[in-house]
Amino acid sequence: MIYLLSVVSFAGLTVALAGMLMIAERLLINYGICKLDINAGEKPLEVDGGQTLLASLYANEIFIPSACGGKGTCGHCKVTVIAGGGPVLPTETLLLTRKEIRSNVRLACQVKIREDIYIRIPEDLLNIRMYTTTVESSVDLTYDMKEIRLRLNDPPNISHRPGQYVQVQAPSPDGPVFRAYSISSPVYEPDIVQLVVRLVPGGIGSTYLHNLKPGDYVNFTGPFGEFLLNPDPSVEIICVGGGCGIAPIRNIIYTLYEQWPDRACWLFFGCRATRDVFYLEEFEELAKKYPNFHVVYALSDQLGEDEKWDGETGFIHLSVDKYLEPGVRRQAFLCGPPLMIEAVTRVLKEKGTSDIFYDEF
Amino acid sequence: MSETSTWVIFIAAIFTNNILLTNFLGMCSFIACSGQIRTSIGLGTAVTFVLIMTTIMNYVIYHFVLVPLGLVHLQFIVFIAVIAAFVQLVEMFVERFSPRLYFALGIFLPLITVNCAILGASLFMIIREYSFIQSIGFGLGAGIGWALAIVLLAGLRQKMRYSNIPEPFQGVPIAMVVTGVLAMAFMGFAGMVSIQ
Repeated sequence: MIYLLSVVSFAGLTVALAGMLMIAERLLINYGICKLDINAGEKPLEVDGGQTLLASLYANEIFIPSACGGKGTCGHCKVTVIAGGGPVLPTETLLLTRKEIRSNVRLACQVKIREDIYIRIPEDLLNIRMYTTTVESSVDLTYDMKEIRLRLNDPPNISHRPGQYVQVQAPSPDGPVFRAYSISSPVYEPDIVQLVVRLVPGGIGSTYLHNLKPGDYVNFTGPFGEFLLNPDPSVEIICVGGGCGIAPIRNIIYTLYEQWPDRACWLFFGCRATRDVFYLEEFEELAKKYPNFHVVYALSDQLGEDEKWDGETGFIHLSVDKYLEPGVRRQAFLCGPPLMIEAVTRVLKEKGTSDIFYDEF
Repeated sequence: MSETSTWVIFIAAIFTNNILLTNFLGMCSFIACSGQIRTSIGLGTAVTFVLIMTTIMNYVIYHFVLVPLGLVHLQFIVFIAVIAAFVQLVEMFVERFSPRLYFALGIFLPLITVNCAILGASLFMIIREYSFIQSIGFGLGAGIGWALAIVLLAGLRQKMRYSNIPEPFQGVPIAMVVTGVLAMAFMGFAGMVSIQ
Protein backbone atom coordinates (compact mmCIF):
# COMPACT_ATOMS: atom_id res chain seq x y z
CA MET A 1 0.00 0.00 0.00
CA ILE A 2 2.69 2.45 1.03
CA TYR A 3 4.61 1.63 -2.14
CA LEU A 4 1.63 2.25 -4.34
CA LEU A 5 0.91 5.50 -2.54
CA SER A 6 4.56 6.55 -2.90
CA VAL A 7 4.61 5.84 -6.59
CA VAL A 8 1.26 7.49 -7.26
CA SER A 9 2.01 10.64 -5.30
CA PHE A 10 5.49 11.03 -6.76
CA ALA A 11 4.13 10.49 -10.27
CA GLY A 12 1.40 13.02 -9.61
CA LEU A 13 3.92 15.55 -8.41
CA THR A 14 6.13 15.01 -11.45
CA VAL A 15 3.19 15.45 -13.81
CA ALA A 16 2.18 18.65 -12.03
CA LEU A 17 5.73 20.03 -12.30
CA ALA A 18 6.00 19.06 -15.96
CA GLY A 19 2.67 20.73 -16.68
CA MET A 20 3.86 23.89 -14.98
CA LEU A 21 7.02 23.87 -17.10
CA MET A 22 5.08 23.35 -20.31
CA ILE A 23 2.82 26.30 -19.60
CA ALA A 24 5.86 28.43 -18.74
CA GLU A 25 7.59 27.37 -21.93
CA ARG A 26 4.62 28.35 -24.04
CA LEU A 27 4.47 31.77 -22.38
CA LEU A 28 8.18 32.49 -22.10
CA ILE A 29 9.95 30.92 -25.07
CA ASN A 30 8.09 33.01 -27.56
CA TYR A 31 10.22 35.63 -29.17
CA GLY A 32 7.66 36.57 -31.81
CA ILE A 33 8.65 37.04 -35.41
CA CYS A 34 12.32 37.91 -35.90
CA LYS A 35 14.00 39.26 -38.99
CA LEU A 36 16.64 37.02 -40.56
CA ASP A 37 18.81 38.97 -42.93
CA ILE A 38 21.17 37.10 -45.24
CA ASN A 39 24.08 38.79 -47.03
CA ALA A 40 22.98 42.38 -46.27
CA GLY A 41 19.46 42.44 -47.62
CA GLU A 42 19.89 39.90 -50.37
CA LYS A 43 17.37 37.56 -48.89
CA PRO A 44 15.35 39.05 -46.03
CA LEU A 45 13.29 36.46 -44.20
CA GLU A 46 10.92 36.51 -41.28
CA VAL A 47 11.13 33.55 -38.96
CA ASP A 48 9.67 32.44 -35.63
CA GLY A 49 12.05 33.24 -32.79
CA GLY A 50 13.09 30.55 -30.35
CA GLN A 51 14.37 28.05 -32.90
CA THR A 52 17.96 27.47 -33.94
CA LEU A 53 19.39 29.33 -36.91
CA LEU A 54 19.98 26.04 -38.73
CA ALA A 55 16.35 24.95 -38.35
CA SER A 56 15.12 28.34 -39.55
CA LEU A 57 17.38 28.23 -42.59
CA TYR A 58 16.27 24.71 -43.48
CA ALA A 59 12.62 25.71 -43.06
CA ASN A 60 13.28 28.42 -45.64
CA GLU A 61 15.01 26.00 -48.01
CA ILE A 62 18.48 27.32 -47.44
CA PHE A 63 20.51 24.16 -47.11
CA ILE A 64 23.83 24.82 -45.46
CA PRO A 65 25.96 21.72 -44.94
CA SER A 66 25.27 19.76 -41.76
CA ALA A 67 26.22 16.15 -41.26
CA CYS A 68 25.26 15.57 -37.64
CA GLY A 69 21.74 16.95 -37.86
CA GLY A 70 22.19 19.90 -35.50
CA LYS A 71 23.87 18.13 -32.60
CA GLY A 72 26.90 20.38 -32.69
CA THR A 73 29.41 17.62 -33.42
CA CYS A 74 30.33 17.86 -37.12
CA GLY A 75 31.13 21.57 -37.37
CA HIS A 76 29.93 21.85 -40.97
CA CYS A 77 27.21 24.43 -40.46
CA LYS A 78 29.52 27.41 -40.02
CA VAL A 79 28.04 30.80 -40.90
CA THR A 80 29.14 34.34 -40.19
CA VAL A 81 26.78 36.04 -37.75
CA ILE A 82 27.27 39.79 -37.99
CA ALA A 83 24.75 40.80 -35.34
CA GLY A 84 22.09 39.27 -33.14
CA GLY A 85 23.63 35.89 -32.39
CA GLY A 86 24.68 36.40 -28.78
CA PRO A 87 28.10 35.30 -27.50
CA VAL A 88 29.90 32.13 -28.59
CA LEU A 89 28.67 29.16 -26.55
CA PRO A 90 30.90 26.56 -24.88
CA THR A 91 29.43 23.95 -27.24
CA GLU A 92 30.88 25.83 -30.19
CA THR A 93 34.37 26.65 -28.98
CA LEU A 94 35.60 23.10 -29.60
CA LEU A 95 34.75 23.27 -33.30
CA LEU A 96 35.79 26.85 -34.06
CA THR A 97 39.33 28.08 -34.47
CA ARG A 98 40.41 31.28 -32.73
CA LYS A 99 40.52 33.04 -36.06
CA GLU A 100 36.96 31.99 -36.83
CA ILE A 101 35.74 33.20 -33.44
CA ARG A 102 37.40 36.56 -34.09
CA SER A 103 35.66 36.88 -37.44
CA ASN A 104 32.23 36.04 -35.96
CA VAL A 105 31.93 32.57 -37.41
CA ARG A 106 29.32 30.51 -35.53
CA LEU A 107 27.72 27.10 -35.71
CA ALA A 108 24.23 27.64 -37.09
CA CYS A 109 22.88 24.68 -35.14
CA GLN A 110 23.84 26.24 -31.79
CA VAL A 111 22.76 29.83 -32.42
CA LYS A 112 19.24 30.42 -31.16
CA ILE A 113 17.24 33.21 -32.77
CA ARG A 114 16.11 35.60 -30.06
CA GLU A 115 16.15 38.89 -31.92
CA ASP A 116 16.68 40.24 -35.42
CA ILE A 117 19.73 38.49 -36.77
CA TYR A 118 22.12 39.42 -39.56
CA ILE A 119 24.18 36.66 -41.14
CA ARG A 120 26.48 36.17 -44.09
CA ILE A 121 26.75 32.91 -46.01
CA PRO A 122 28.66 32.17 -49.23
CA GLU A 123 26.70 32.91 -52.40
CA ASP A 124 27.04 29.26 -53.46
CA LEU A 125 24.99 28.07 -50.51
CA LEU A 126 21.97 30.08 -51.61
CA ASN A 127 21.78 27.97 -54.78
CA ILE A 128 21.63 24.76 -52.82
CA ARG A 129 18.36 22.91 -53.12
CA MET A 130 16.81 19.63 -52.08
CA TYR A 131 16.69 17.18 -55.00
CA THR A 132 14.53 14.10 -55.30
CA THR A 133 15.98 11.36 -57.49
CA THR A 134 15.44 7.80 -58.63
CA VAL A 135 18.18 5.19 -58.58
CA GLU A 136 18.94 4.31 -62.20
CA SER A 137 21.63 1.72 -61.55
CA SER A 138 23.79 0.40 -58.75
CA VAL A 139 26.94 -1.36 -59.92
CA ASP A 140 29.62 -3.18 -57.89
CA LEU A 141 33.02 -1.64 -58.61
CA THR A 142 34.97 -3.77 -56.13
CA TYR A 143 34.06 -6.00 -53.22
CA ASP A 144 33.17 -2.95 -51.08
CA MET A 145 32.62 -0.15 -53.59
CA LYS A 146 29.47 0.65 -55.50
CA GLU A 147 28.75 3.13 -58.24
CA ILE A 148 25.27 4.53 -57.76
CA ARG A 149 23.67 6.45 -60.59
CA LEU A 150 20.80 8.77 -59.67
CA ARG A 151 18.45 10.37 -62.17
CA LEU A 152 17.05 13.69 -60.96
CA ASN A 153 13.27 14.09 -60.72
CA ASP A 154 12.65 17.39 -59.04
CA PRO A 155 14.32 19.73 -59.88
CA PRO A 156 15.21 17.91 -63.12
CA ASN A 157 18.69 19.46 -63.49
CA ILE A 158 21.60 20.31 -61.23
CA SER A 159 24.26 22.87 -62.01
CA HIS A 160 27.51 22.00 -60.28
CA ARG A 161 31.27 22.40 -60.63
CA PRO A 162 33.68 19.46 -60.76
CA GLY A 163 34.92 18.57 -57.28
CA GLN A 164 31.68 19.44 -55.53
CA TYR A 165 29.67 17.10 -53.34
CA VAL A 166 26.08 16.46 -52.29
CA GLN A 167 24.61 15.45 -48.94
CA VAL A 168 22.51 12.34 -49.21
CA GLN A 169 19.64 12.02 -46.77
CA ALA A 170 19.70 8.62 -45.10
CA PRO A 171 17.11 7.33 -42.64
CA SER A 172 18.28 6.48 -39.13
CA PRO A 173 16.50 5.57 -35.90
CA ASP A 174 16.92 9.20 -34.71
CA GLY A 175 15.45 10.76 -37.84
CA PRO A 176 17.12 11.57 -41.15
CA VAL A 177 20.87 12.18 -41.24
CA PHE A 178 22.95 13.66 -44.03
CA ARG A 179 26.15 12.16 -45.40
CA ALA A 180 28.46 13.84 -47.90
CA TYR A 181 29.38 12.16 -51.20
CA SER A 182 31.26 13.68 -54.12
CA ILE A 183 29.65 13.78 -57.55
CA SER A 184 31.53 11.49 -59.95
CA SER A 185 29.46 12.17 -63.07
CA PRO A 186 30.68 15.04 -65.27
CA VAL A 187 28.97 18.45 -65.19
CA TYR A 188 27.72 18.07 -68.77
CA GLU A 189 25.23 15.46 -67.59
CA PRO A 190 23.03 17.82 -65.57
CA ASP A 191 20.20 15.33 -65.05
CA ILE A 192 22.47 12.68 -63.50
CA VAL A 193 24.34 12.51 -60.22
CA GLN A 194 26.63 9.54 -59.81
CA LEU A 195 28.27 8.57 -56.53
CA VAL A 196 31.03 6.16 -55.53
CA VAL A 197 30.24 4.65 -52.16
CA ARG A 198 32.50 2.49 -50.03
CA LEU A 199 30.64 0.28 -47.56
CA VAL A 200 31.69 1.27 -44.06
CA PRO A 201 30.72 -1.47 -41.59
CA GLY A 202 28.00 0.00 -39.38
CA GLY A 203 27.91 3.25 -41.38
CA ILE A 204 24.42 4.73 -41.67
CA GLY A 205 24.88 6.46 -45.04
CA SER A 206 26.91 3.80 -46.85
CA THR A 207 24.72 0.90 -45.67
CA TYR A 208 21.63 2.74 -46.86
CA LEU A 209 23.17 3.53 -50.26
CA HIS A 210 24.55 0.02 -50.76
CA ASN A 211 21.11 -1.50 -50.18
CA LEU A 212 19.37 0.66 -52.76
CA LYS A 213 17.89 -0.97 -55.83
CA PRO A 214 17.06 0.59 -59.19
CA GLY A 215 13.76 2.44 -58.92
CA ASP A 216 14.25 3.47 -55.26
CA TYR A 217 13.95 7.14 -54.36
CA VAL A 218 16.83 9.11 -52.85
CA ASN A 219 16.89 12.71 -51.61
CA PHE A 220 19.95 14.88 -51.39
CA THR A 221 20.88 18.52 -50.94
CA GLY A 222 23.66 20.22 -52.82
CA PRO A 223 25.89 21.05 -54.47
CA PHE A 224 28.51 21.93 -51.84
CA GLY A 225 32.26 22.49 -52.10
CA GLU A 226 34.60 25.34 -52.94
CA PHE A 227 36.97 23.83 -55.51
CA LEU A 228 37.36 25.95 -58.65
CA LEU A 229 39.12 24.45 -61.65
CA ASN A 230 41.82 26.79 -62.97
CA PRO A 231 40.47 28.07 -66.30
CA ASP A 232 43.95 28.80 -67.73
CA PRO A 233 44.57 25.95 -70.25
CA SER A 234 48.35 26.12 -69.80
CA VAL A 235 48.08 25.04 -66.16
CA GLU A 236 48.56 21.31 -65.68
CA ILE A 237 45.98 19.54 -63.52
CA ILE A 238 47.17 16.96 -61.00
CA CYS A 239 44.60 14.65 -59.41
CA VAL A 240 45.63 12.36 -56.58
CA GLY A 241 43.12 10.04 -55.00
CA GLY A 242 42.71 6.98 -52.85
CA GLY A 243 39.67 4.73 -52.41
CA CYS A 244 36.37 6.46 -53.14
CA GLY A 245 38.37 9.67 -53.51
CA ILE A 246 38.24 8.86 -57.19
CA ALA A 247 34.66 10.21 -57.41
CA PRO A 248 35.34 13.97 -57.61
CA ILE A 249 38.45 13.26 -59.70
CA ARG A 250 36.46 11.36 -62.32
CA ASN A 251 34.14 14.34 -62.57
CA ILE A 252 37.12 16.74 -62.90
CA ILE A 253 38.80 14.68 -65.63
CA TYR A 254 35.73 14.19 -67.83
CA THR A 255 34.70 17.81 -67.46
CA LEU A 256 38.25 18.94 -68.21
CA TYR A 257 38.56 16.99 -71.48
CA GLU A 258 35.11 18.01 -72.62
CA GLN A 259 36.26 21.62 -72.43
CA TRP A 260 40.01 21.45 -73.24
CA PRO A 261 40.77 18.25 -75.23
CA ASP A 262 44.54 18.81 -75.25
CA ARG A 263 45.06 20.01 -71.71
CA ALA A 264 47.71 18.24 -69.64
CA CYS A 265 46.44 16.21 -66.70
CA TRP A 266 47.86 13.53 -64.44
CA LEU A 267 45.81 11.07 -62.45
CA PHE A 268 47.48 9.26 -59.56
CA PHE A 269 45.38 6.66 -57.80
CA GLY A 270 46.52 4.70 -54.79
CA CYS A 271 45.10 1.27 -53.91
CA ARG A 272 46.10 -1.46 -51.49
CA ALA A 273 45.81 -4.55 -53.71
CA THR A 274 44.52 -5.56 -57.13
CA ARG A 275 41.09 -6.23 -55.71
CA ASP A 276 40.74 -2.50 -54.93
CA VAL A 277 41.44 -1.40 -58.51
CA PHE A 278 38.52 0.02 -60.47
CA TYR A 279 37.90 2.50 -63.31
CA LEU A 280 41.44 1.72 -64.59
CA GLU A 281 40.34 0.47 -68.02
CA GLU A 282 37.97 3.37 -68.41
CA PHE A 283 40.77 5.86 -67.71
CA GLU A 284 43.24 4.03 -69.98
CA GLU A 285 40.66 4.26 -72.79
CA LEU A 286 40.46 7.99 -72.10
CA ALA A 287 44.25 8.30 -72.13
CA LYS A 288 44.35 6.76 -75.60
CA LYS A 289 41.86 9.34 -76.80
CA TYR A 290 43.59 12.32 -75.15
CA PRO A 291 47.38 12.00 -75.38
CA ASN A 292 48.02 14.63 -72.71
CA PHE A 293 46.17 12.60 -70.09
CA HIS A 294 48.34 10.26 -68.00
CA VAL A 295 47.09 7.57 -65.64
CA VAL A 296 49.17 6.10 -62.84
CA TYR A 297 47.73 3.50 -60.46
CA ALA A 298 49.91 2.24 -57.63
CA LEU A 299 49.45 -0.64 -55.18
CA SER A 300 50.76 -0.15 -51.66
CA ASP A 301 50.53 -3.74 -50.36
CA GLN A 302 52.90 -6.58 -51.28
CA LEU A 303 51.61 -8.46 -54.31
CA GLY A 304 49.94 -11.77 -53.48
CA GLU A 305 51.00 -14.92 -55.31
CA ASP A 306 47.98 -15.00 -57.60
CA GLU A 307 48.00 -11.27 -58.33
CA LYS A 308 49.22 -9.82 -61.60
CA TRP A 309 50.21 -6.18 -61.76
CA ASP A 310 52.37 -4.27 -64.20
CA GLY A 311 51.82 -0.79 -62.76
CA GLU A 312 53.52 1.11 -59.98
CA THR A 313 53.94 -0.15 -56.42
CA GLY A 314 54.40 1.63 -53.10
CA PHE A 315 52.53 4.55 -51.64
CA ILE A 316 51.10 7.00 -54.13
CA HIS A 317 53.28 9.97 -53.15
CA LEU A 318 56.31 8.01 -54.39
CA SER A 319 54.73 7.77 -57.85
CA VAL A 320 53.89 11.47 -57.78
CA ASP A 321 57.53 12.17 -56.97
CA LYS A 322 58.71 9.86 -59.74
CA TYR A 323 56.59 11.16 -62.63
CA LEU A 324 56.26 14.90 -62.11
CA GLU A 325 58.94 17.28 -63.36
CA PRO A 326 59.58 20.24 -61.06
CA GLY A 327 58.80 23.79 -62.09
CA VAL A 328 55.62 23.29 -64.15
CA ARG A 329 52.58 25.47 -63.37
CA ARG A 330 50.07 23.16 -61.81
CA GLN A 331 46.83 22.95 -59.91
CA ALA A 332 46.40 19.93 -57.70
CA PHE A 333 43.26 18.27 -56.35
CA LEU A 334 43.77 15.66 -53.64
CA CYS A 335 41.08 13.44 -52.22
CA GLY A 336 41.81 10.63 -49.81
CA PRO A 337 42.88 9.76 -46.28
CA PRO A 338 44.71 12.44 -44.25
CA LEU A 339 48.08 10.66 -44.26
CA MET A 340 48.07 10.36 -48.04
CA ILE A 341 47.18 14.03 -48.40
CA GLU A 342 49.94 15.06 -46.04
CA ALA A 343 52.57 13.03 -47.92
CA VAL A 344 51.43 14.15 -51.36
CA THR A 345 51.23 17.81 -50.32
CA ARG A 346 54.86 17.62 -49.18
CA VAL A 347 55.96 16.13 -52.51
CA LEU A 348 53.99 18.67 -54.54
CA LYS A 349 55.41 21.59 -52.56
CA GLU A 350 58.92 20.30 -53.30
CA LYS A 351 58.00 20.36 -56.98
CA GLY A 352 56.99 24.01 -56.65
CA THR A 353 53.20 23.59 -56.67
CA SER A 354 51.33 25.68 -54.16
CA ASP A 355 47.83 25.67 -55.66
CA ILE A 356 46.66 22.56 -53.81
CA PHE A 357 43.06 21.80 -52.93
CA TYR A 358 42.25 18.82 -50.80
CA ASP A 359 39.25 16.90 -49.55
CA GLU A 360 40.07 14.76 -46.52
CA PHE A 361 38.01 11.82 -45.33
CA MET B 1 8.19 23.69 16.57
CA SER B 2 11.10 26.03 17.01
CA GLU B 3 10.49 28.94 19.38
CA THR B 4 13.05 31.29 17.89
CA SER B 5 11.64 34.42 16.30
CA THR B 6 11.68 34.66 12.51
CA TRP B 7 13.84 37.77 12.63
CA VAL B 8 16.51 35.96 14.62
CA ILE B 9 16.44 33.02 12.23
CA PHE B 10 16.80 35.39 9.30
CA ILE B 11 19.80 37.21 10.77
CA ALA B 12 21.39 33.97 11.97
CA ALA B 13 21.03 32.39 8.52
CA ILE B 14 22.95 35.29 7.01
CA PHE B 15 25.74 35.72 9.58
CA THR B 16 26.22 33.16 12.33
CA ASN B 17 24.86 30.13 10.51
CA ASN B 18 25.80 31.12 6.98
CA ILE B 19 24.94 28.07 4.92
CA LEU B 20 28.12 28.41 2.88
CA LEU B 21 30.70 29.50 5.40
CA THR B 22 29.58 27.36 8.36
CA ASN B 23 27.98 24.37 6.64
CA PHE B 24 30.12 24.59 3.50
CA LEU B 25 27.19 23.77 1.24
CA GLY B 26 27.12 24.87 -2.40
CA MET B 27 30.89 25.01 -2.73
CA CYS B 28 31.24 24.04 -6.40
CA SER B 29 29.48 27.00 -7.97
CA PHE B 30 30.83 29.17 -5.15
CA ILE B 31 34.40 28.52 -6.28
CA ALA B 32 33.69 28.32 -10.01
CA CYS B 33 31.54 31.43 -10.38
CA SER B 34 33.36 33.83 -8.09
CA GLY B 35 35.78 35.23 -10.64
CA GLN B 36 33.85 38.40 -11.25
CA ILE B 37 31.61 40.46 -8.96
CA ARG B 38 29.03 40.92 -11.75
CA THR B 39 28.54 37.22 -12.37
CA SER B 40 28.56 36.41 -8.69
CA ILE B 41 25.83 38.96 -8.01
CA GLY B 42 23.78 37.36 -10.79
CA LEU B 43 24.29 33.84 -9.50
CA GLY B 44 23.75 34.96 -5.89
CA THR B 45 20.43 36.54 -6.85
CA ALA B 46 19.36 33.47 -8.80
CA VAL B 47 20.29 31.16 -5.90
CA THR B 48 18.49 33.37 -3.38
CA PHE B 49 15.39 33.40 -5.53
CA VAL B 50 15.45 29.64 -6.09
CA LEU B 51 16.19 29.02 -2.41
CA ILE B 52 13.29 31.01 -1.03
CA MET B 53 10.83 29.72 -3.63
CA THR B 54 11.81 26.07 -3.21
CA THR B 55 11.75 26.36 0.60
CA ILE B 56 8.17 27.60 0.38
CA MET B 57 7.14 24.95 -2.15
CA ASN B 58 8.86 22.18 -0.26
CA TYR B 59 7.32 23.34 3.01
CA VAL B 60 3.85 23.15 1.51
CA ILE B 61 4.47 19.78 -0.15
CA TYR B 62 6.08 18.32 2.98
CA HIS B 63 3.47 19.43 5.48
CA PHE B 64 0.35 19.11 3.33
CA VAL B 65 1.17 16.11 1.15
CA LEU B 66 4.00 13.99 2.51
CA VAL B 67 3.17 14.13 6.24
CA PRO B 68 -0.62 13.44 5.90
CA LEU B 69 0.05 10.56 3.49
CA GLY B 70 2.85 9.18 5.67
CA LEU B 71 5.38 9.50 2.86
CA VAL B 72 8.07 11.38 4.76
CA HIS B 73 10.67 8.93 3.43
CA LEU B 74 10.11 10.42 -0.04
CA GLN B 75 11.31 13.86 1.06
CA PHE B 76 14.73 13.72 -0.65
CA ILE B 77 13.51 12.70 -4.08
CA VAL B 78 10.51 15.01 -3.92
CA PHE B 79 12.61 17.98 -2.86
CA ILE B 80 15.10 17.34 -5.65
CA ALA B 81 12.30 17.08 -8.23
CA VAL B 82 10.76 20.34 -7.07
CA ILE B 83 14.13 22.08 -7.14
CA ALA B 84 14.96 20.75 -10.62
CA ALA B 85 11.64 21.86 -12.06
CA PHE B 86 11.92 25.24 -10.45
CA VAL B 87 15.43 25.81 -11.73
CA GLN B 88 14.18 25.05 -15.24
CA LEU B 89 11.61 27.73 -14.76
CA VAL B 90 14.17 30.24 -13.53
CA GLU B 91 16.39 29.38 -16.46
CA MET B 92 13.60 30.19 -18.89
CA PHE B 93 12.96 33.48 -17.09
CA VAL B 94 16.61 34.52 -17.12
CA GLU B 95 17.02 33.51 -20.77
CA ARG B 96 13.98 35.57 -21.71
CA PHE B 97 14.55 38.68 -19.68
CA SER B 98 18.31 38.91 -19.19
CA PRO B 99 20.16 37.10 -21.99
CA ARG B 100 23.37 38.74 -20.83
CA LEU B 101 23.17 37.16 -17.39
CA TYR B 102 22.07 33.90 -19.06
CA PHE B 103 25.28 33.73 -21.08
CA ALA B 104 27.43 34.95 -18.19
CA LEU B 105 26.16 32.18 -15.91
CA GLY B 106 26.36 29.58 -18.67
CA ILE B 107 26.30 26.05 -17.34
CA PHE B 108 26.03 27.19 -13.69
CA LEU B 109 22.44 28.23 -14.09
CA PRO B 110 21.13 24.67 -14.68
CA LEU B 111 23.67 23.51 -12.09
CA ILE B 112 21.78 25.38 -9.37
CA THR B 113 19.70 22.19 -9.40
CA VAL B 114 22.51 20.30 -7.78
CA ASN B 115 23.62 23.18 -5.58
CA CYS B 116 23.53 21.42 -2.23
CA ALA B 117 22.80 24.68 -0.38
CA ILE B 118 19.31 24.59 -1.82
CA LEU B 119 18.49 21.04 -0.83
CA GLY B 120 20.32 21.71 2.45
CA ALA B 121 18.05 24.64 3.30
CA SER B 122 14.93 22.56 2.65
CA LEU B 123 16.26 19.78 4.88
CA PHE B 124 17.32 22.14 7.69
CA MET B 125 13.85 23.60 7.61
CA ILE B 126 12.40 20.13 8.25
CA ILE B 127 14.99 19.07 10.85
CA ARG B 128 14.72 22.31 12.82
CA GLU B 129 10.92 22.14 12.67
CA TYR B 130 10.36 25.66 11.41
CA SER B 131 6.89 27.08 10.94
CA PHE B 132 5.85 28.45 7.57
CA ILE B 133 6.85 32.03 8.39
CA GLN B 134 10.10 30.88 9.98
CA SER B 135 10.84 28.84 6.84
CA ILE B 136 10.43 31.88 4.64
CA GLY B 137 12.74 33.85 6.92
CA PHE B 138 15.27 31.05 6.92
CA GLY B 139 15.10 30.55 3.12
CA LEU B 140 15.56 34.24 2.46
CA GLY B 141 18.36 34.50 5.02
CA ALA B 142 20.18 31.44 3.72
CA GLY B 143 19.95 32.77 0.16
CA ILE B 144 21.19 36.23 1.10
CA GLY B 145 23.95 34.65 3.16
CA TRP B 146 25.08 32.51 0.25
CA ALA B 147 24.94 35.49 -2.12
CA LEU B 148 26.85 37.64 0.38
CA ALA B 149 29.59 35.03 0.71
CA ILE B 150 30.06 34.59 -3.04
CA VAL B 151 30.09 38.34 -3.69
CA LEU B 152 32.66 38.83 -0.89
CA LEU B 153 34.85 36.10 -2.34
CA ALA B 154 34.48 37.51 -5.85
CA GLY B 155 35.58 40.91 -4.56
CA LEU B 156 38.61 39.36 -2.89
CA ARG B 157 39.50 37.32 -5.95
CA GLN B 158 39.22 40.38 -8.19
CA LYS B 159 41.70 42.17 -5.95
CA MET B 160 43.94 39.12 -5.79
CA ARG B 161 44.38 39.18 -9.53
CA TYR B 162 47.04 41.86 -9.00
CA SER B 163 48.73 40.18 -6.05
CA ASN B 164 51.87 38.20 -6.22
CA ILE B 165 50.63 34.70 -5.34
CA PRO B 166 53.05 31.76 -5.29
CA GLU B 167 52.48 29.65 -8.37
CA PRO B 168 51.12 26.48 -6.70
CA PHE B 169 48.49 28.59 -4.93
CA GLN B 170 47.19 30.44 -7.94
CA GLY B 171 43.57 29.95 -8.91
CA VAL B 172 41.41 27.58 -6.88
CA PRO B 173 43.85 26.81 -4.02
CA ILE B 174 44.11 30.42 -2.91
CA ALA B 175 40.33 30.76 -3.29
CA MET B 176 39.89 27.84 -0.87
CA VAL B 177 42.34 29.42 1.59
CA VAL B 178 40.57 32.76 1.33
CA THR B 179 37.21 31.03 1.85
CA GLY B 180 38.60 29.54 5.05
CA VAL B 181 39.75 32.96 6.25
CA LEU B 182 36.36 34.39 5.32
CA ALA B 183 34.64 31.66 7.33
CA MET B 184 36.83 32.46 10.34
CA ALA B 185 35.99 36.13 9.98
CA PHE B 186 32.30 35.21 10.02
CA MET B 187 32.91 33.41 13.32
CA GLY B 188 33.21 36.89 14.75
CA PHE B 189 29.43 37.12 14.46
CA ALA B 190 29.01 34.13 16.80
CA GLY B 191 27.11 35.03 19.94
CA MET B 192 25.22 37.80 18.18
CA VAL B 193 22.23 35.51 17.71
CA SER B 194 22.09 31.76 17.80
CA ILE B 195 20.06 28.95 16.37
CA GLN B 196 20.90 25.29 16.84
